[in-house]
Amino acid sequence: MYATMLRIRRAEERARELYAAGRIPGFIHLSIGQEAVAAGVCAPLRRDDYLFSTHRGHGHLIAKGGSLRGFMAELYGKATGCCKGKGGSMHLADASVGYLGANGVLTSGCVLAPGVGQSIQMRGTDQVAVTVFGDGAANRGPFHEGVNLAALWKVPVVFVCENNFWASTTAHDLSTAGGSIAARAAGYGIPGATVDGNDALAVYHAMESAVARARAGEGPSLIEARTVRFMGHFEGDPQGYRSRGEVEGGRQRDPIVRLRAHLEEAKLLDAAHAARVAAAVEAEVQDAVDFAESSPLPAPEDALQDLFVHYPWSD
Amino acid sequence: MPVLDFGDALNLALREEMRRDRRVYCIGEDIVLGVPFGVTKGLAEEFGPARVRNAPISEAAIVGSAMGAAITGLVPVVDMHFADFVTCAMDEVANQIAKSRYMFGGQISCPLTLRMPYGIGKSAGGHHSNSVEAWFVNIPGLKVCIPSTPADARGLLKTAIRDPDPVLIFEHRGLYRVTGEVPEAETLVPLGLADVKRPGTDVTVIATARMVGESLAAADRLAGEGISVEVVDPRSLVPLDREGLAASVRKTHRVVIAEEGPMRGSVGAWLAWVIMEACFDDLDAPIVRVAGPNIPIPFSPPLEAFATPGAADVVDAVRRVVK
Ligand SMILES: Cc1ncc(C[n+]2csc(CCOP(=O)(O)OP(=O)(O)O)c2C)c(N)n1
Repeated sequence: MYATMLRIRRAEERARELYAAGRIPGFIHLSIGQEAVAAGVCAPLRRDDYLFSTHRGHGHLIAKGGSLRGFMAELYGKATGCCKGKGGSMHLADASVGYLGANGVLTSGCVLAPGVGQSIQMRGTDQVAVTVFGDGAANRGPFHEGVNLAALWKVPVVFVCENNFWASTTAHDLSTAGGSIAARAAGYGIPGATVDGNDALAVYHAMESAVARARAGEGPSLIEARTVRFMGHFEGDPQGYRSRGEVEGGRQRDPIVRLRAHLEEAKLLDAAHAARVAAAVEAEVQDAVDFAESSPLPAPEDALQDLFVHYPWSD
Repeated sequence: MPVLDFGDALNLALREEMRRDRRVYCIGEDIVLGVPFGVTKGLAEEFGPARVRNAPISEAAIVGSAMGAAITGLVPVVDMHFADFVTCAMDEVANQIAKSRYMFGGQISCPLTLRMPYGIGKSAGGHHSNSVEAWFVNIPGLKVCIPSTPADARGLLKTAIRDPDPVLIFEHRGLYRVTGEVPEAETLVPLGLADVKRPGTDVTVIATARMVGESLAAADRLAGEGISVEVVDPRSLVPLDREGLAASVRKTHRVVIAEEGPMRGSVGAWLAWVIMEACFDDLDAPIVRVAGPNIPIPFSPPLEAFATPGAADVVDAVRRVVK
């Protein structure tokens, strides 16, 4: 988990520099500060488990084991990107590791995941489907419809609300009635847990039991992981809506610093080992950037590819 | 005349209408700060949070509650953030708002305006970039306008707000920072009145929103080849100024229709039929259409550029009809 979090942090820091340098088009929404959620959610998952993500989904892709090269090349809009340049930062997908897509339309994953659960149930496997969404997204109808359906069908789904207390410029308290998103689980008769989303181990433990429950055929769970977004809503966001103090206070809760301290205390990590991990991550990220830089852009006419299975006789 | 950009002209229209009528209020996500396009910026300071309502991310509830308010005496202006997200409130728009007057025999009035920032650009990808106006032209009970200049944007939005029926205003996000002259005096632009953006004699280009500017650029280029292009902007699609379009076609006898949305099942297809019906005997050549390809808008710059119709496409189309 420590290496995963570092990988996400460094990949996003590099993406930030490259975006500022004009190498990456479009918008990017960084998850710096929220790495413990991605790492904790994905650690108990197998490669053949499924994950739906959000517009802020870089970390989830990396934690699920998605290719760093495919990720970085996609941010660049290159032909070698995981979506061949069609998706970009907000619409990443890497089906080879069960990452069924980030989403520019908030909350959509909440209704897609129960269907994946149904497919798992009908195919008789012990896979699990996870959907991650923001606290703002939890206020859309599909959240309620999806949780209800999953609970009704008892399908193996884990709903994870990544609560960073902001929905773009709108504060959590001004948009979310009832205060607790996890508490909404009670209305649907499923377990709901609130965890410190900056504590990777806490996220991991909550997720581990939700996954175990799902695999055992006992149905869905809802986890609310409370975390902090260090950066703006998107790169370039002037953040006029929140105070400097809040961001700096949030940085005191850096999940990577915290996990490292914990590992050192438990004598599972020493300075030399940490340096080796950091160097390996650095090399991987550099390789992904080099790959993206040296890859070709798609040919313009490739815009017409992939819409349907190709029928030679029609448009 | 003062020069304003398209976004500021819309802001001015909102301000003027909110000052004029206390029943007018704005609702949408992040509108207090005016994110992402700045159109509602500063309104909260003047009119307070009750009339400039930041809503949770709840499109169905935003649009549905606006209808509830509209049928009981208020005049909501809903900011859809990105038109692509209207799908999240499609029942409210298509089944509730659009049918409210008709299905109840004219008893209910729903004076609601839906602001629809839309369109291609800046690698925003498939969930934020599409031109979806054709969906709404297909729903009886909705009025649809689509301005191309700051003056039209302000005038149409004001008319939309005063209209007793639901009106959708499609604001191309590539136009927000385009500037133009806006009359000092409060000016309304009526729905259903096309505007000749450039007079000409050889061919009529009927264009909407961003494609109006592209068509004007094309007309400049074609003037160099001795082809005189008339650019006509319908400004509102429902109601449609059939007579205004037909008058231009009777003068030029040739037609190109230019829009950004996908070619198949589009507004341009409907306009082509309208022209064919009204002026079949006046046409000296088949109508030629410029439109986007039938794909979701891709992210990568070369792919997005491929999906973006522009002045060069209009030039090619005009050459084909005058040949
Ligand atoms: C259906 C829909 N409505 C609105 C938006 C615009 N939008 C994108 S991100 C965002 C805020 C999301 O907040 P939250 O769900 O808390 O996630 P966070 O950005 O905090 O990770 C909004 C309003 C969207 N993408 N989709």
